[in-house]
Amino acid sequence: MLTGSSPARPGGPMTPARTRPRPHTWIIEFYSSAIGKKAVMAVTGLLLLGFVLVHMLGNLKLYYGEPEHLNEYGHYLRTIGEPILPHSGFLWIMRGGLILAFVLHIHAAVSLTMMNRRARPVGYKGGRTYSAANYAARTMRWSGIIVGLYLLFHLADLTWGTANPDFEHGEPYQNMIASFERVPVAIVYVVANLLLGIHIFHGAWSLFQSLGWSNPRFNVWRRYFAVAFAAVIVVGNVSFPLAVLFGVVD
Amino acid sequence: MSMNLTLKVWRQAGATAAGDFETYQVPGVNEDMSFLEMLDVVNEQLIGDGREPIAFDHDCREGICGSCGVVINGRPHGPLQGVTTCQLHMRNYRDGDTIVVEPWRAAAFPVIRDLVVDRSAFDRIIQAGGYITAPTGGARDANLTLIPKAVADVAMDAAACIGCGACVAACPNSAANLFTGAKITALNVLPQGQPERWARVAAMVDRMEDQFGSCTNYTECEAVCPAGISVNVIAKMNRDYLKSRFKDRRSLIRQADVADEA
Ligand code: HEM
Ligand code: FES
Repeated sequence: MLTGSSPARPGGPMTPARTRPRPHTWIIEFYSSAIGKKAVMAVTGLLLLGFVLVHMLGNLKLYYGEPEHLNEYGHYLRTIGEPILPHSGFLWIMRGGLILAFVLHIHAAVSLTMMNRRARPVGYKGGRTYSAANYAARTMRWSGIIVGLYLLFHLADLTWGTANPDFEHGEPYQNMIASFERVPVAIVYVVANLLLGIHIFHGAWSLFQSLGWSNPRFNVWRRYFAVAFAAVIVVGNVSFPLAVLFGVVD
Repeated sequence: MSMNLTLKVWRQAGATAAGDFETYQVPGVNEDMSFLEMLDVVNEQLIGDGREPIAFDHDCREGICGSCGVVINGRPHGPLQGVTTCQLHMRNYRDGDTIVVEPWRAAAFPVIRDLVVDRSAFDRIIQAGGYITAPTGGARDANLTLIPKAVADVAMDAAACIGCGACVAACPNSAANLFTGAKITALNVLPQGQPERWARVAAMVDRMEDQFGSCTNYTECEAVCPAGISVNVIAKMNRDYLKSRFKDRRSLIRQADVADEA
Protein backbone atom coordinates (compact mmCIF):
# COMPACT_ATOMS: atom_id res chain seq x y z
CA MET A 1 0.00 0.00 0.00
CA LEU A 2 2.52 2.55 1.15
CA THR A 3 5.03 3.16 -1.57
CA GLY A 4 7.08 6.02 -2.84
CA SER A 5 5.42 5.82 -6.24
CA SER A 6 1.86 6.48 -5.20
CA PRO A 7 -1.34 6.04 -7.20
CA ALA A 8 -2.90 8.83 -9.24
CA ARG A 9 -3.40 12.05 -7.37
CA PRO A 10 -6.93 12.91 -6.42
CA GLY A 11 -8.23 16.08 -8.03
CA GLY A 12 -7.76 19.60 -6.78
CA PRO A 13 -5.55 22.41 -7.90
CA MET A 14 -1.90 21.91 -7.17
CA THR A 15 1.27 23.73 -8.07
CA PRO A 16 4.28 21.53 -7.48
CA ALA A 17 7.04 23.33 -5.59
CA ARG A 18 9.51 21.01 -7.20
CA THR A 19 9.70 19.23 -10.49
CA ARG A 20 11.59 16.06 -9.95
CA PRO A 21 12.33 13.10 -12.14
CA ARG A 22 12.24 9.74 -10.42
CA PRO A 23 15.78 8.47 -10.80
CA HIS A 24 16.71 5.03 -9.64
CA THR A 25 20.32 5.33 -8.52
CA TRP A 26 19.81 5.59 -4.78
CA ILE A 27 22.41 8.29 -4.21
CA ILE A 28 20.80 10.56 -6.81
CA GLU A 29 17.35 9.75 -5.51
CA PHE A 30 18.57 10.60 -2.02
CA TYR A 31 20.07 13.91 -3.09
CA SER A 32 17.01 14.80 -5.15
CA SER A 33 14.95 14.97 -1.97
CA ALA A 34 15.02 18.19 0.04
CA ILE A 35 15.66 16.35 3.30
CA GLY A 36 18.53 14.53 1.62
CA LYS A 37 19.97 17.84 0.42
CA LYS A 38 19.68 19.30 3.90
CA ALA A 39 21.53 16.27 5.27
CA VAL A 40 24.28 16.88 2.71
CA MET A 41 24.38 20.55 3.74
CA ALA A 42 24.66 19.50 7.36
CA VAL A 43 27.46 16.97 6.77
CA THR A 44 29.41 19.31 4.48
CA GLY A 45 28.71 22.12 6.97
CA LEU A 46 30.20 19.93 9.72
CA LEU A 47 33.30 19.31 7.61
CA LEU A 48 33.63 23.04 7.00
CA LEU A 49 33.20 23.69 10.73
CA GLY A 50 36.01 21.24 11.45
CA PHE A 51 38.15 22.97 8.87
CA VAL A 52 37.59 26.51 10.15
CA LEU A 53 38.33 25.36 13.71
CA VAL A 54 41.61 23.65 12.84
CA HIS A 55 42.55 26.53 10.52
CA MET A 56 41.96 29.05 13.33
CA LEU A 57 43.88 26.98 15.89
CA GLY A 58 46.84 26.62 13.52
CA ASN A 59 46.99 30.36 13.01
CA LEU A 60 47.29 30.94 16.77
CA LYS A 61 50.99 30.23 16.18
CA LEU A 62 51.11 33.83 15.01
CA TYR A 63 51.25 34.74 18.70
CA TYR A 64 54.60 33.02 19.27
CA GLY A 65 55.98 36.28 17.93
CA GLU A 66 58.73 34.57 15.90
CA PRO A 67 58.04 33.76 12.26
CA GLU A 68 59.61 30.26 12.47
CA HIS A 69 56.73 28.63 14.38
CA LEU A 70 54.00 29.49 11.92
CA ASN A 71 56.22 29.01 8.88
CA GLU A 72 57.44 25.61 10.07
CA TYR A 73 53.85 24.60 10.72
CA GLY A 74 53.05 25.54 7.13
CA HIS A 75 55.94 23.40 5.86
CA TYR A 76 54.96 20.54 8.15
CA LEU A 77 51.44 20.44 6.68
CA ARG A 78 53.02 19.67 3.31
CA THR A 79 55.05 16.77 4.69
CA ILE A 80 52.22 14.84 6.40
CA GLY A 81 51.97 11.31 5.03
CA GLU A 82 55.43 11.35 3.43
CA PRO A 83 56.95 9.18 2.09
CA ILE A 84 53.80 7.17 1.38
CA LEU A 85 52.22 10.30 -0.10
CA PRO A 86 54.13 12.71 -2.31
CA HIS A 87 55.06 16.15 -0.98
CA SER A 88 51.88 18.17 -0.34
CA GLY A 89 49.87 14.99 -1.05
CA PHE A 90 47.96 15.08 2.22
CA LEU A 91 47.27 18.78 1.78
CA TRP A 92 45.80 18.16 -1.65
CA ILE A 93 43.58 15.37 -0.34
CA MET A 94 42.26 17.80 2.26
CA ARG A 95 41.84 20.51 -0.37
CA GLY A 96 39.97 18.12 -2.63
CA GLY A 97 37.64 17.22 0.21
CA LEU A 98 37.05 20.87 1.07
CA ILE A 99 36.36 21.85 -2.53
CA LEU A 100 33.88 19.00 -2.83
CA ALA A 101 32.25 20.01 0.46
CA PHE A 102 31.93 23.63 -0.68
CA VAL A 103 30.52 22.66 -4.08
CA LEU A 104 27.89 20.37 -2.52
CA HIS A 105 27.07 22.85 0.25
CA ILE A 106 26.53 25.66 -2.23
CA HIS A 107 24.70 23.53 -4.80
CA ALA A 108 22.26 22.29 -2.18
CA ALA A 109 21.77 25.84 -0.85
CA VAL A 110 21.01 27.23 -4.31
CA SER A 111 18.71 24.37 -5.24
CA LEU A 112 16.73 24.51 -1.98
CA THR A 113 16.45 28.30 -2.22
CA MET A 114 14.90 27.97 -5.67
CA MET A 115 12.51 25.30 -4.42
CA ASN A 116 11.49 27.59 -1.55
CA ARG A 117 10.88 30.53 -3.89
CA ARG A 118 8.56 28.37 -6.01
CA ALA A 119 6.69 27.32 -2.89
CA ARG A 120 5.87 30.95 -1.96
CA PRO A 121 5.36 32.81 -5.25
CA VAL A 122 3.08 35.39 -3.61
CA GLY A 123 4.23 36.84 -0.30
CA TYR A 124 2.30 38.65 2.43
CA LYS A 125 1.02 41.85 0.86
CA GLY A 126 0.22 43.29 4.25
CA GLY A 127 3.69 42.51 5.62
CA ARG A 128 4.65 39.75 8.01
CA THR A 129 6.15 39.50 11.47
CA TYR A 130 8.66 37.00 12.84
CA SER A 131 8.06 35.28 16.14
CA ALA A 132 11.06 32.95 16.28
CA ALA A 133 13.21 33.14 13.16
CA ASN A 134 16.31 35.06 14.17
CA TYR A 135 18.49 37.36 12.10
CA ALA A 136 21.12 34.68 11.50
CA ALA A 137 18.59 32.16 10.18
CA ARG A 138 17.00 34.70 7.87
CA THR A 139 20.29 35.84 6.37
CA MET A 140 21.96 32.46 5.75
CA ARG A 141 21.94 33.06 2.01
CA TRP A 142 23.62 36.45 2.32
CA SER A 143 26.12 35.46 4.98
CA GLY A 144 26.92 32.36 2.91
CA ILE A 145 27.47 34.26 -0.33
CA ILE A 146 29.62 36.91 1.35
CA VAL A 147 31.71 34.28 3.18
CA GLY A 148 32.16 32.49 -0.17
CA LEU A 149 33.39 35.68 -1.90
CA TYR A 150 35.62 36.47 1.07
CA LEU A 151 37.08 32.99 0.79
CA LEU A 152 38.14 33.67 -2.82
CA PHE A 153 39.75 36.94 -1.77
CA HIS A 154 41.46 35.22 1.16
CA LEU A 155 42.94 32.59 -1.18
CA ALA A 156 44.14 35.31 -3.56
CA ASP A 157 45.63 37.18 -0.62
CA LEU A 158 47.39 34.50 1.42
CA THR A 159 47.51 31.32 -0.70
CA TRP A 160 48.14 32.45 -4.28
CA GLY A 161 49.47 35.85 -3.28
CA THR A 162 47.93 37.62 -6.26
CA ALA A 163 46.14 40.13 -4.01
CA ASN A 164 49.17 40.75 -1.83
CA PRO A 165 52.06 42.76 -3.37
CA ASP A 166 54.56 41.69 -0.68
CA PHE A 167 53.71 37.98 -0.95
CA GLU A 168 56.54 35.42 -0.57
CA HIS A 169 55.84 31.70 -1.02
CA GLY A 170 56.55 29.67 2.10
CA GLU A 171 56.49 32.59 4.53
CA PRO A 172 52.92 32.73 5.87
CA TYR A 173 53.90 34.72 8.96
CA GLN A 174 55.40 37.61 6.98
CA ASN A 175 52.53 37.43 4.49
CA MET A 176 49.91 37.75 7.22
CA ILE A 177 51.69 40.77 8.69
CA ALA A 178 52.04 42.41 5.27
CA SER A 179 48.39 41.76 4.50
CA PHE A 180 46.81 42.91 7.76
CA GLU A 181 48.89 46.09 7.95
CA ARG A 182 46.67 47.38 5.16
CA VAL A 183 43.70 48.86 7.02
CA PRO A 184 41.01 48.14 4.37
CA VAL A 185 42.15 44.52 4.14
CA ALA A 186 42.04 44.15 7.92
CA ILE A 187 38.48 45.51 7.88
CA VAL A 188 37.48 42.98 5.22
CA TYR A 189 38.82 40.15 7.39
CA VAL A 190 37.04 41.41 10.50
CA VAL A 191 33.68 41.94 8.80
CA ALA A 192 33.79 38.65 6.86
CA ASN A 193 34.57 36.70 10.02
CA LEU A 194 31.73 38.35 11.91
CA LEU A 195 29.44 37.19 9.09
CA LEU A 196 30.98 33.72 9.26
CA GLY A 197 30.14 33.75 12.98
CA ILE A 198 26.53 34.65 12.21
CA HIS A 199 26.38 31.85 9.62
CA ILE A 200 27.77 29.39 12.18
CA PHE A 201 25.40 30.63 14.91
CA HIS A 202 22.48 29.29 12.89
CA GLY A 203 24.28 26.52 10.99
CA ALA A 204 25.87 24.76 13.96
CA TRP A 205 22.44 24.54 15.59
CA SER A 206 20.49 23.79 12.43
CA LEU A 207 22.62 20.81 11.43
CA PHE A 208 21.37 18.85 14.44
CA GLN A 209 17.78 19.25 13.26
CA SER A 210 18.69 18.41 9.67
CA LEU A 211 20.38 15.18 10.71
CA GLY A 212 17.64 14.32 13.19
CA TRP A 213 19.91 14.59 16.22
CA SER A 214 17.26 15.60 18.67
CA ASN A 215 16.74 14.43 22.21
CA PRO A 216 15.12 16.29 25.11
CA ARG A 217 18.16 15.40 27.21
CA PHE A 218 20.64 17.37 25.12
CA ASN A 219 18.54 19.74 23.02
CA VAL A 220 19.43 22.86 25.03
CA TRP A 221 23.09 22.04 24.50
CA ARG A 222 22.70 22.30 20.73
CA ARG A 223 22.19 26.05 21.06
CA TYR A 224 25.08 26.41 23.56
CA PHE A 225 27.29 24.46 21.16
CA ALA A 226 26.45 26.75 18.25
CA VAL A 227 27.02 29.90 20.31
CA ALA A 228 30.32 28.61 21.69
CA PHE A 229 31.53 27.43 18.29
CA ALA A 230 30.67 30.73 16.62
CA ALA A 231 32.29 32.70 19.46
CA VAL A 232 35.54 30.69 19.37
CA ILE A 233 35.88 31.07 15.60
CA VAL A 234 35.03 34.77 15.56
CA VAL A 235 37.26 35.72 18.51
CA GLY A 236 40.19 33.72 17.15
CA ASN A 237 39.95 34.82 13.53
CA VAL A 238 39.16 38.48 14.25
CA SER A 239 42.06 38.71 16.69
CA PHE A 240 44.68 38.10 13.96
CA PRO A 241 44.11 41.23 11.83
CA LEU A 242 43.50 43.32 14.95
CA ALA A 243 46.71 42.07 16.59
CA VAL A 244 48.71 43.02 13.50
CA LEU A 245 46.92 46.33 13.03
CA PHE A 246 47.54 47.40 16.63
CA GLY A 247 51.12 46.20 16.64
CA VAL A 248 50.67 43.34 19.13
CA VAL A 249 52.62 41.15 16.69
CA ASP A 250 54.93 42.38 13.95
CA MET B 1 -16.44 48.10 26.55
CA SER B 2 -16.82 48.52 22.86
CA MET B 3 -14.24 49.76 20.42
CA ASN B 4 -13.91 51.11 16.93
CA LEU B 5 -11.55 49.29 14.61
CA THR B 6 -10.21 49.69 11.11
CA LEU B 7 -10.09 46.40 9.23
CA LYS B 8 -8.01 45.83 6.11
CA VAL B 9 -9.15 42.54 4.59
CA TRP B 10 -7.84 40.68 1.56
CA ARG B 11 -10.69 40.40 -0.96
CA GLN B 12 -10.34 38.11 -3.95
CA ALA B 13 -13.35 37.12 -6.05
CA GLY B 14 -11.96 33.73 -7.08
CA ALA B 15 -8.92 31.57 -7.60
CA THR B 16 -7.75 33.36 -10.72
CA ALA B 17 -9.03 36.86 -9.87
CA ALA B 18 -6.57 39.55 -8.79
CA GLY B 19 -7.07 40.37 -5.13
CA ASP B 20 -6.52 43.47 -3.04
CA PHE B 21 -7.09 44.85 0.44
CA GLU B 22 -10.37 46.54 1.22
CA THR B 23 -10.72 48.79 4.24
CA TYR B 24 -13.73 48.67 6.56
CA GLN B 25 -14.55 50.87 9.55
CA VAL B 26 -16.02 48.62 12.24
CA PRO B 27 -17.72 50.52 15.06
CA GLY B 28 -18.92 49.11 18.37
CA VAL B 29 -16.86 45.91 18.54
CA ASN B 30 -17.56 44.04 21.78
CA GLU B 31 -14.38 42.88 23.54
CA ASP B 32 -15.98 39.51 24.34
CA MET B 33 -16.46 38.68 20.67
CA SER B 34 -14.14 36.20 19.06
CA PHE B 35 -12.28 37.32 15.97
CA LEU B 36 -14.66 35.30 13.78
CA GLU B 37 -17.71 36.80 15.50
CA MET B 38 -16.28 40.23 14.74
CA LEU B 39 -16.05 39.15 11.07
CA ASP B 40 -19.66 37.89 11.31
CA VAL B 41 -20.74 41.36 12.39
CA VAL B 42 -18.87 42.94 9.50
CA ASN B 43 -20.49 40.45 7.12
CA GLU B 44 -24.01 41.22 8.35
CA GLN B 45 -23.32 44.85 7.65
CA LEU B 46 -21.99 44.00 4.17
CA ILE B 47 -24.99 41.80 3.38
CA GLY B 48 -27.33 44.55 4.63
CA ASP B 49 -25.60 46.93 2.26
CA GLY B 50 -26.09 44.47 -0.59
CA ARG B 51 -22.35 43.71 -0.86
CA GLU B 52 -20.50 40.41 -0.92
CA PRO B 53 -19.65 39.12 2.57
CA ILE B 54 -16.04 38.24 3.40
CA ALA B 55 -15.46 34.51 2.83
CA PHE B 56 -13.53 32.78 5.62
CA ASP B 57 -13.23 29.16 6.75
CA HIS B 58 -14.56 27.99 10.10
CA ASP B 59 -16.36 25.07 11.66
CA CYS B 60 -16.08 24.14 15.34
CA ARG B 61 -15.15 27.61 16.61
CA GLU B 62 -13.63 25.96 19.65
CA GLY B 63 -10.08 25.48 18.50
CA ILE B 64 -10.18 21.78 17.66
CA CYS B 65 -11.13 21.29 14.02
CA GLY B 66 -8.40 23.35 12.33
CA SER B 67 -10.75 24.89 9.75
CA CYS B 68 -10.20 28.50 10.68
CA GLY B 69 -7.00 30.40 10.21
CA VAL B 70 -5.99 33.71 8.71
CA VAL B 71 -2.90 35.84 8.95
CA ILE B 72 -3.63 38.71 11.33
CA ASN B 73 -1.20 41.63 11.32
CA GLY B 74 1.46 39.43 9.73
CA ARG B 75 1.09 36.46 12.11
CA PRO B 76 -0.99 33.31 11.51
CA HIS B 77 -3.88 33.08 14.01
CA GLY B 78 -3.02 36.49 15.44
CA PRO B 79 -0.83 37.66 18.32
CA LEU B 80 -1.42 34.97 20.98
CA GLN B 81 0.53 31.76 21.41
CA GLY B 82 -1.29 28.41 21.18
CA VAL B 83 -4.57 29.95 20.03
CA THR B 84 -6.57 29.50 16.83
CA THR B 85 -8.28 32.43 15.10
CA CYS B 86 -11.68 31.29 16.38
CA GLN B 87 -10.40 31.39 19.97
CA LEU B 88 -8.79 34.81 19.64
CA HIS B 89 -10.90 37.40 21.43
CA MET B 90 -11.26 41.05 20.62
CA ARG B 91 -10.19 42.02 24.13
CA ASN B 92 -6.68 41.59 22.79
CA TYR B 93 -7.17 44.73 20.71
CA ARG B 94 -7.47 48.41 21.62
CA ASP B 95 -9.88 51.05 20.45
CA GLY B 96 -8.58 52.62 17.23
CA ASP B 97 -6.43 49.64 16.18
CA THR B 98 -5.95 48.80 12.52
CA ILE B 99 -6.03 45.07 11.81
CA VAL B 100 -4.74 43.58 8.55
CA VAL B 101 -6.25 40.21 7.59
CA GLU B 102 -4.76 38.06 4.82
CA PRO B 103 -5.07 34.42 3.69
CA TRP B 104 -2.33 31.77 4.10
CA ARG B 105 0.24 32.29 1.34
CA ALA B 106 1.66 29.18 -0.31
CA ALA B 107 1.71 27.80 -3.83
CA ALA B 108 0.26 24.57 -2.41
CA PHE B 109 -2.62 26.48 -0.73
CA PRO B 110 -4.26 28.37 -3.61
CA VAL B 111 -6.80 31.00 -2.61
CA ILE B 112 -10.36 29.90 -3.38
CA ARG B 113 -11.97 33.17 -2.36
CA ASP B 114 -11.01 36.05 -0.01
CA LEU B 115 -9.53 34.39 3.08
CA VAL B 116 -10.36 30.79 2.12
CA VAL B 117 -7.55 28.63 0.78
CA ASP B 118 -7.59 25.08 -0.58
CA ARG B 119 -5.70 22.85 1.85
CA SER B 120 -6.17 19.55 -0.01
CA ALA B 121 -2.38 19.44 -0.30
CA PHE B 122 -2.40 18.28 3.34
CA ASP B 123 -4.94 15.57 2.52
CA ARG B 124 -2.67 14.32 -0.25
CA ILE B 125 0.19 13.96 2.24
CA ILE B 126 -2.08 11.95 4.56
CA GLN B 127 -3.26 9.83 1.63
CA ALA B 128 0.36 8.95 0.91
CA GLY B 129 0.78 7.18 4.24
CA GLY B 130 -0.77 8.87 7.24
CA TYR B 131 -2.57 5.72 8.37
CA ILE B 132 -2.01 2.04 9.13
CA THR B 133 -3.35 -0.59 6.74
CA ALA B 134 -4.03 -3.35 9.30
CA PRO B 135 -7.74 -4.03 9.73
CA THR B 136 -8.37 -3.04 13.34
CA GLY B 137 -11.76 -4.65 13.90
CA GLY B 138 -13.63 -3.92 17.11
CA ALA B 139 -12.15 -2.09 20.05
CA ARG B 140 -9.45 -4.16 21.70
CA ASP B 141 -8.79 -4.55 25.39
CA ALA B 142 -6.94 -1.62 26.84
CA ASN B 143 -3.30 -2.41 27.54
CA LEU B 144 -3.27 -5.37 25.17
CA THR B 145 -0.37 -3.64 23.49
CA LEU B 146 1.83 -2.11 26.15
CA ILE B 147 3.25 1.30 25.33
CA PRO B 148 5.61 3.15 27.67
CA LYS B 149 4.09 6.34 29.02
CA ALA B 150 6.87 8.50 27.59
CA VAL B 151 6.31 7.05 24.11
CA ALA B 152 2.54 7.47 24.35
CA ASP B 153 3.12 11.10 25.35
CA VAL B 154 5.27 11.78 22.28
CA ALA B 155 2.61 10.21 20.03
CA MET B 156 -0.23 12.10 21.70
CA ASP B 157 1.61 15.42 21.55
CA ALA B 158 2.24 14.89 17.82
CA ALA B 159 -1.35 13.79 17.24
CA ALA B 160 -2.54 17.10 18.69
CA CYS B 161 -1.95 18.66 15.24
CA ILE B 162 -5.27 19.99 13.92
CA GLY B 163 -3.97 20.46 10.35
CA CYS B 164 -4.84 24.15 10.19
CA GLY B 165 -1.83 25.04 8.02
CA ALA B 166 -0.48 27.86 10.21
CA CYS B 167 2.98 26.23 10.06
CA VAL B 168 3.02 26.54 6.28
CA ALA B 169 1.66 30.08 6.46
CA ALA B 170 4.34 31.15 8.94
CA CYS B 171 7.25 29.45 7.18
CA PRO B 172 9.09 31.82 4.83
CA ASN B 173 9.61 28.75 2.59
CA SER B 174 5.99 27.55 2.77
CA ALA B 175 7.36 24.26 4.09
CA ALA B 176 5.00 21.70 5.60
CA ASN B 177 7.59 19.89 7.69
CA LEU B 178 5.90 20.56 11.03
CA PHE B 179 2.57 19.16 9.82
CA THR B 180 4.12 16.17 8.08
CA GLY B 181 6.54 15.55 10.94
CA ALA B 182 3.66 15.53 13.42
CA LYS B 183 1.57 13.12 11.34
CA ILE B 184 4.52 10.77 10.80
CA THR B 185 5.70 10.89 14.41
CA ALA B 186 2.26 10.12 15.81
CA LEU B 187 2.36 6.76 13.99
CA ASN B 188 6.06 6.01 13.73
CA VAL B 189 6.75 5.91 17.48
CA LEU B 190 3.89 3.51 18.24
CA PRO B 191 3.97 -0.29 17.87
CA GLN B 192 1.00 -0.17 15.48
CA GLY B 193 2.98 2.08 13.14
CA GLN B 194 6.10 -0.11 12.93
CA PRO B 195 5.32 -2.44 9.97
CA GLU B 196 4.95 0.49 7.57
CA ARG B 197 7.31 2.88 9.35
CA TRP B 198 9.96 3.31 6.63
CA ALA B 199 7.59 3.16 3.68
CA ARG B 200 5.33 5.69 5.40
CA VAL B 201 8.03 8.28 5.97
CA ALA B 202 9.38 7.87 2.43
CA ALA B 203 5.95 8.22 0.81
CA MET B 204 4.73 11.11 2.95
CA VAL B 205 7.95 13.09 2.59
CA ASP B 206 7.90 12.51 -1.17
CA ARG B 207 4.36 13.83 -1.42
CA MET B 208 5.18 16.76 0.87
CA GLU B 209 8.16 17.77 -1.24
CA ASP B 210 6.12 17.60 -4.43
CA GLN B 211 3.98 20.43 -3.10
CA PHE B 212 5.77 22.47 -0.43
CA GLY B 213 9.10 24.20 0.23
CA SER B 214 11.95 22.86 2.33
CA CYS B 215 12.84 23.37 5.98
CA THR B 216 15.53 25.90 6.91
CA ASN B 217 14.97 25.44 10.65
CA TYR B 218 13.60 28.92 11.26
CA THR B 219 11.28 27.38 13.93
CA GLU B 220 8.70 29.97 12.94
CA CYS B 221 6.14 27.13 12.57
CA GLU B 222 6.53 26.00 16.17
CA ALA B 223 6.03 29.58 17.41
CA VAL B 224 2.65 29.99 15.69
CA CYS B 225 1.28 26.44 16.06
CA PRO B 226 -2.01 26.59 17.96
CA ALA B 227 -1.57 22.94 19.02
CA GLY B 228 1.92 23.44 20.43
CA ILE B 229 3.64 20.95 18.11
CA SER B 230 7.42 21.01 18.68
CA VAL B 231 10.06 21.10 15.93
CA ASN B 232 11.32 17.90 17.54
CA VAL B 233 8.87 16.10 15.22
CA ILE B 234 10.79 17.53 12.25
CA ALA B 235 14.04 16.09 13.57
CA LYS B 236 12.23 12.78 14.10
CA MET B 237 10.92 12.80 10.55
CA ASN B 238 14.36 13.70 9.16
CA ARG B 239 15.92 10.85 11.11
CA ASP B 240 13.37 8.30 9.94
CA TYR B 241 13.59 9.58 6.37
CA LEU B 242 17.39 9.36 6.28
CA LYS B 243 17.21 5.87 7.78
CA SER B 244 14.59 4.83 5.23
CA ARG B 245 17.03 5.86 2.50
CA PHE B 246 20.00 3.97 3.95
CA LYS B 247 19.49 1.31 6.52
CA ASP B 248 16.24 -0.21 5.40
CA ARG B 249 16.62 0.43 1.74
CA ARG B 250 16.44 -3.21 0.67
CA SER B 251 13.44 -4.20 2.73
CA LEU B 252 11.78 -0.99 1.63
CA ILE B 253 12.17 -1.86 -2.02
CA ARG B 254 10.92 -5.38 -1.39
CA GLN B 255 7.91 -4.00 0.44
CA ALA B 256 7.18 -1.63 -2.42
CA ASP B 257 7.48 -4.42 -5.00
CA VAL B 258 5.07 -6.61 -3.11
CA ALA B 259 2.65 -3.73 -2.77
CA ASP B 260 2.87 -2.89 -6.47
CA GLU B 261 2.11 -6.47 -7.44
CA ALA B 262 -0.87 -6.59 -5.10
C1 HEM C 1 33.47 27.91 5.95
C2 HEM C 1 32.35 28.24 5.50
C3 HEM C 1 31.00 27.66 5.87
C4 HEM C 1 30.59 26.96 6.98
C5 HEM C 1 31.43 26.55 8.19
C6 HEM C 1 29.18 26.66 6.81
C7 HEM C 1 28.41 25.94 7.70
C8 HEM C 1 27.06 25.71 7.56
C9 HEM C 1 26.28 24.85 8.39
C10 HEM C 1 26.81 24.02 9.55
C11 HEM C 1 24.99 24.92 7.94
C12 HEM C 1 23.79 24.19 8.54
C13 HEM C 1 23.32 23.08 7.65
C14 HEM C 1 21.98 22.55 8.12
O1 HEM C 1 21.09 23.29 8.48
O2 HEM C 1 21.82 21.34 8.12
C15 HEM C 1 24.94 25.83 6.86
C16 HEM C 1 23.79 26.21 6.17
C17 HEM C 1 23.78 27.04 5.08
N1 HEM C 1 24.89 27.47 4.38
FE1 HEM C 1 26.80 27.34 4.99
N2 HEM C 1 28.74 27.17 5.62
C18 HEM C 1 29.82 27.80 5.02
C19 HEM C 1 29.83 28.43 3.79
C20 HEM C 1 28.73 28.68 3.02
C21 HEM C 1 28.77 29.29 1.73
C22 HEM C 1 30.02 29.72 0.98
C23 HEM C 1 27.48 29.40 1.31
C24 HEM C 1 27.17 30.03 -0.02
C25 HEM C 1 26.14 30.04 -0.68
C26 HEM C 1 26.62 28.86 2.35
C27 HEM C 1 25.23 28.82 2.36
C28 HEM C 1 24.45 28.23 3.32
C29 HEM C 1 22.99 28.30 3.36
C30 HEM C 1 22.11 29.05 2.38
C31 HEM C 1 22.59 27.55 4.47
C32 HEM C 1 21.16 27.34 4.95
C33 HEM C 1 20.54 26.22 4.18
C34 HEM C 1 19.16 25.87 4.66
O3 HEM C 1 18.92 25.87 5.85
O4 HEM C 1 18.34 25.54 3.81
N3 HEM C 1 27.41 28.41 3.37
N4 HEM C 1 26.23 26.30 6.62
S1 FES D 1 -13.04 26.85 13.69
FE1 FES D 1 -12.38 24.91 14.38
S2 FES D 1 -10.39 25.42 15.05
FE2 FES D 1 -11.15 27.39 14.63
